[in-house]
Amino acid sequence: MQISLTVNGEARQVTVGGADSLLKILRDELGLPGSKNACEQGECGSCSVIRDGKLVCACLVMAADCEDSNVTTVEGLSVGDDRHPVQEAMLRAGAVQCGFCTPGFVVAAAYYLDRNPDAAADDLREELAGNICRCTGYGSIVRALAGGIG
Amino acid sequence: VTTNTQLAETRDEERFSRHRPCKSAVACAVGDDRLQAVDLDEPIQATARIVEQAVLPTPGPVRFGGVDIARPTSLEEATVCLDRWPDATILAGGTDLMVEVNLAGRRPERIVSLRRVGELDVVDGRRIGAGVTFQALERSPHAALAQLARTVGSPQIRAAGTIGGNLGTASPAGDSLPFLAALDADIEVASSAGTRVVPFADFMTGVKQTSLRRGELITAAILPAHVPSRQAFAKVGVRSSMVISIVSGCVLRRDDGGTRIAMGAVGPTMIRPRAAEQMISAERNPTAAACDEFSRLVAQAVTPITDHRATAEYRRHATAVLARRLLERVL
Repeated sequence: MQISLTVNGEARQVTVGGADSLLKILRDELGLPGSKNACEQGECGSCSVIRDGKLVCACLVMAADCEDSNVTTVEGLSVGDDRHPVQEAMLRAGAVQCGFCTPGFVVAAAYYLDRNPDAAADDLREELAGNICRCTGYGSIVRALAGGIG
Repeated sequence: VTTNTQLAETRDEERFSRHRPCKSAVACAVGDDRLQAVDLDEPIQATARIVEQAVLPTPGPVRFGGVDIARPTSLEEATVCLDRWPDATILAGGTDLMVEVNLAGRRPERIVSLRRVGELDVVDGRRIGAGVTFQALERSPHAALAQLARTVGSPQIRAAGTIGGNLGTASPAGDSLPFLAALDADIEVASSAGTRVVPFADFMTGVKQTSLRRGELITAAILPAHVPSRQAFAKVGVRSSMVISIVSGCVLRRDDGGTRIAMGAVGPTMIRPRAAEQMISAERNPTAAACDEFSRLVAQAVTPITDHRATAEYRRHATAVLARRLLERVL
């Protein structure tokens, strides 16, 4: 099945097999491996993307239902060499350990902070509850982002 | 979206034990779908076709691994789709269905996606459209509904998961169900034959079982005209986010003392402990002893099981504690 959607501002056409998830399509068909594949059940948030204005887990989105969808992945947050302020803040604060969860955290935090730039630490912890860091690096992530970025 | 069959339930128990928490507390609407036993060794063919805007062809031979998807843009179109494909899987938020696709080898062959059916996304007075997400319900004027919505999954899950999906999945741990059961809300369902309304108690008939008929979809939950203003919802789990209830409960109390309580995840459906309701409804200003008695009667009414999340004994104990705390919050 061929579907047309917009990914990171670009019109893309892609072949979808069966009930494949959007995550699989992004990684395997569209050459965008930034969204990570871990739990495949919406538990870990490492595949967080923005789809049609909502923060969702790409593993729980059926690709066949993405006709005309507008998707932003972690690759779409930076413009050229200019990083998103969330990426910059996390880099500065060293808020990355193994890095596997980082893209999901970046997308989820960018989604929230773009709407609430001065979010307090408690609010951030609440809003990032769907993203799991198995290195348990939450403290540095929240310190990097709380109280305003860039 | 997901389905209600014995097979699904049996497989749930096997596959989700310990390692794979099922996301049943969250989202999706269910058609009268029949889960097919599939041969997981069969290669999946990456073929499928889109059925444009509910203009359905005569269904041809189904390819294993392929999927036919209909994308209706109105409720009427959706019912036409289900009329033609009464066995189709209904896709709402996808947070239940996709877990089964990703981890359990479920391969739906025909899908009716409700994402474009705007009529379902509306809250109109006491009518809550099936497509309303938990994210939207976080701002409900009903305190318990807002509370329970905030406990569903994570922001990502709440952005996708819908109340209709929660009803369709009909998990005993479904977070919206104690509220709907305590109110005995009406569940509105539609098919090409028309619309009918089913009281919650008749809608959810067992573990992941509903009285939804072939070709029907859930269109709304309709709250009664008078909803008690004192409300509380709470659930017990291992953390405060992304948790599937070990016990959940909702208490509603009118100013005249009339009290309703429904407990979730402690029986095959929602449990309404009538003796406890009657006893506490007669108490205008319950004493500590009356609250203890209420708590005891609630715990007596539940029928919990032991599974990978908790033992039956723990669930019964937690039921008593939760019932008492919920009652204190509405006094």
